Amino acid sequence: MSWPALLALGASAYALKALGLIVLGPRSAGGRLLQMAGLLPAALLPALVAVNAFAGDRRLVLDARAVGLAVALIAIWRRAPFVVVVVSAAAATALVRLVA
Amino acid sequence: MGDRPGPASGALEPKVRRDALVLGVAVGVFGMSFGVLATTAGLSVAQACVMSLLVFTGASQFAVVGILASGGSLASAFSSALLLAARNAAYGVALAPTFARRGSSEASHSSGRPGRGLGRRLLAAQLVIDETTAMATAQSERAAREQAFWITGIAVFVCWNVSTAVGAVAGDAIGDPQAFGLDAAFPAGYAALAVPHLASRAGRVAAASGVIIALVLVPIAPAGVPIVAAAAGVLPALFVPRKPTEGADA
Repeated sequence: MSWPALLALGASAYALKALGLIVLGPRSAGGRLLQMAGLLPAALLPALVAVNAFAGDRRLVLDARAVGLAVALIAIWRRAPFVVVVVSAAAATALVRLVA
Repeated sequence: MGDRPGPASGALEPKVRRDALVLGVAVGVFGMSFGVLATTAGLSVAQACVMSLLVFTGASQFAVVGILASGGSLASAFSSALLLAARNAAYGVALAPTFARRGSSEASHSSGRPGRGLGRRLLAAQLVIDETTAMATAQSERAAREQAFWITGIAVFVCWNVSTAVGAVAGDAIGDPQAFGLDAAFPAGYAALAVPHLASRAGRVAAASGVIIALVLVPIAPAGVPIVAAAAGVLPALFVPRKPTEGADA
């Protein structure tokens, strides 16, 4: 990755944050666009979870990551702290790979 | 993420500090993972550190190095990263009232310190991410929201950047991050971060739609595209009627 590309990415990422907080935020009162923006993380975060847990090289796979995710979901369901969720998922996945 | 900060009270700040510290440490796990993955994907240590300082959006950064590592194009990495970062614009809209000066903006001009409010918001903008939004919007009063935003933002910013440097430098010494299950820490953490967004029926519809779109596209689309396309999951959610009581138990 080149430095100009990296700096352009940083500038673009900041511009998006500033766009919401400084430009659009003080001007928007409500409406459909705001509702869509508010729902975006609800659509993107679980999709990220699914892709990172089940995506292989152009195919869906069931491997040690799935065990980690299952452990994480149990921890979330038991209302475990964030750090417990993350560490237990990593530990479970590492354990499966160690045994397998 | 299970216990949310309660209603505003005098004892609010210690709890905010503790939760922010927990978040910061947890983010540190990701930061270290990111540092390792970034160097694995071909970035230099300096590039990994600068990306964490400037981009400061975990999902976008992971998307960039993940797509580059899997042989995706720079254009695909950028488009995916920016679409993932687009939610920060939405967060900014949600957080804007927190940073609105009480009274009119003319008042700050007449106080002899023009632009001070703008300077604060320009600085705050860099910290507008999942963690700060979740922590800030959980507080009931404006002052507490702003306080929670800054405490969380500073904790996460410091932890993310320090751990990125550690991961990037130690990456070669650590070896394969998968041996430690660090790749599973990523979906686990995002599952936890997604929970507050599933409190509403519309949120759950968006989540289910996004997951289905992404998983269907994994075998047929280039790396990065499934997550980009999952944004369309918000469309069916727009037609979900809101229950009048919704949000009361969130």
